[in-house]
Amino acid sequence: MEGENAVVGQVDHARNGFDPHEILTDWDVGEVSIDAQGRRVREWVVTAVDKEVEVAPGVMFPAWTFNGRIPGPTLRCTEGDRLRIVFNNGSAHPHTMHFHGIHSWRMDGVPYAGLVQPGGTFTYEFEAKPFGCHLYHCHAMPLKRHIHKGMYGSFIVDPDPSRHPDAVAVAESRLLGSARNAEWQEIMICMNAFDLNFDDENEIYAANTIPFAYQQKPIRIERGRKLRIYLFNITEFDPINSFHIHGNFFDYYDTGTTLTPTLRTVDTIMQCQGQRGIIEMDWSEHEPGQYMFHAHQSEFAELGWMSHFEVV
Amino acid sequence: MTPDNMQAPVLRDPAASRAQPWRTAGWLLLPLVVLVGILALLLIAKPLERLTEGAPPVELASIERVRLTPGLISLSVRADGSQPVSVAQVQVDAAFRSFTIDPPGPIGRLGSARIDIPYPWVAGEGHTIVLLSSSGVPFEKVIEVATATPVWDGPTLVMLAIVGVLLGIAPVATGLLAFPAMGTLGANGIRFVLALTVGLLAYLFFDTLSEGFEQAGKALARLRGPAVVLVTMLVTAGALTMIGRRHGRAPEGVALATFIAFGIGLHNLGEGLAVGGAIAAGEAALATFLVIGFTIHNVSEGFAIAAPLVGRKPRFPTFLGLAVLAGLPAVPGVWIGAQAISPFWIAICFGIGAGAILQVIVEVTSMIARRGGAAALLSPAVLVGIGVGLAVMYLTALFV
Repeated sequence: MEGENAVVGQVDHARNGFDPHEILTDWDVGEVSIDAQGRRVREWVVTAVDKEVEVAPGVMFPAWTFNGRIPGPTLRCTEGDRLRIVFNNGSAHPHTMHFHGIHSWRMDGVPYAGLVQPGGTFTYEFEAKPFGCHLYHCHAMPLKRHIHKGMYGSFIVDPDPSRHPDAVAVAESRLLGSARNAEWQEIMICMNAFDLNFDDENEIYAANTIPFAYQQKPIRIERGRKLRIYLFNITEFDPINSFHIHGNFFDYYDTGTTLTPTLRTVDTIMQCQGQRGIIEMDWSEHEPGQYMFHAHQSEFAELGWMSHFEVV
Repeated sequence: MTPDNMQAPVLRDPAASRAQPWRTAGWLLLPLVVLVGILALLLIAKPLERLTEGAPPVELASIERVRLTPGLISLSVRADGSQPVSVAQVQVDAAFRSFTIDPPGPIGRLGSARIDIPYPWVAGEGHTIVLLSSSGVPFEKVIEVATATPVWDGPTLVMLAIVGVLLGIAPVATGLLAFPAMGTLGANGIRFVLALTVGLLAYLFFDTLSEGFEQAGKALARLRGPAVVLVTMLVTAGALTMIGRRHGRAPEGVALATFIAFGIGLHNLGEGLAVGGAIAAGEAALATFLVIGFTIHNVSEGFAIAAPLVGRKPRFPTFLGLAVLAGLPAVPGVWIGAQAISPFWIAICFGIGAGAILQVIVEVTSMIARRGGAAALLSPAVLVGIGVGLAVMYLTALFV
């Protein structure tokens, strides 16, 4: 018996208040309303919370979070929507929400614009553009600390098919709630890591925070629907992270801002910190079974960023 | 010190001794009661709580020994700090690994646990083990060169015993062969040989003590390793001096030679531990050098044992017994050392060894003084003898 590359025990997801399997698909579309100009408005309330998070079975990490979870809520909207994000700071430290997108400097969520002191609040308002797979994170200083403590989340802007007459079908397939989108199975994966002893080196790597979560319990994939992964990398301290699939290849849309792939037929992509993209793959011809996916830095994989798809 | 010793001055005055024991015991209770009161105040009233509340828990642990068997790494971990240490996860070579811990659950202060990690470790290569505590504190242990820990089977014990004999008995016996030559010496020559012995022993004393400190430094800080080495050294020296002089006179001749052999025996136990430890740590190449070095080095130990016998006619079995007493402890030393025992216990062994050597230094020095008067201690023959003894030991130590 040579043992396994695994963590011992199970993370108490109920105590953490979030489950990596639910985080895959829990799109948060906000409160939708129509303003006086007839435009769709989405509003979210996000609260910064200091919280002990069990980041590996039995290992507690003093995290800073958005809404008590890591990654924070996956905010999903459609190109052209008016967005209002009411940010309450319930943490003991100043924080911001810095969105990757096109907006005014005043809404940038940096130390000189939109920094919220403990107990304070700020509303970030901007139009959802460009469409793509984006992210938000705290941009308070020191930036490294605020990011690796857990203050980041996914920000997905679906294309508005009416704005893309040349590629309506493709745009519709990306638009959450559309009939074409229902033909897809979509998941969000955040590649992150934790530096437990604050020595600027990570002890734990993961897909969606909990190491080996999708090895202990694989992600169920239906062959009948194509798979789309909104993937982003927020790993601190290491220059890059990567995604590698076994037994299959995929098309990749870097940053998700195009409707045609930026890379075709690859099985490994890499992302620097803050980089993200959309992966599309087809399992329809595959034999059912377990297919691995993981960082192709073996070290990251063995330190927790190791996962499985259960193709059925 | 035993209660008997403490009462000794009282007993010398028979008139005072009758009612005294009860009163003495009563007064001894007073500081005890006050101490209990202070501890109760600290633990119940918690005057220091403001200082410690909100302070993060201090977690300390040391991996005291590593045993490698095919496909398995076994660790012995000792915990320290302000709260029990929970080993939540284990990483080997920067990869999470499944493991078992016995006893399960957190390790209490100064408590220890055994952790078994099934792992295909590679002989001759390095491995790094990290234990992650529940608060994310990593405790690291580097295995420089992995090699299987010797098992306690017959052939291994015999092989290790041969190492011990080569290391201990053989060189001491070789040194004892100088005895007939010593018999031809005059008074000044004998004084020189005795002083040479003091020099040899002084070197061994420093060497043993510093080895003890080195091992003590590897143990948990709270165990106060260096202090323990000094305490065991002084207690051993005191106890052996008492035993040596139990008949009211200083040991000489065979008795003194026996004490010297005993002290050197304890030192060789320490050398055995070092060689065994080197074998256990996978530094077998180093072990060969250590054996060659110690063999050369230990020949001079034979001179030291023979010195107090000059002018007497000891029988052959006496020499044999002395060689065995001085050399044989190296054999159990190698056996124990190869099992990678806790550095704390090794440090105590060195402390005892240093104490035994200190005792014989004192006795040989006092013998020189008895024979030639106190002034003899500062005579050229003695000073040169001590210097040569120290120099010979240092120079031969360079072979180690």
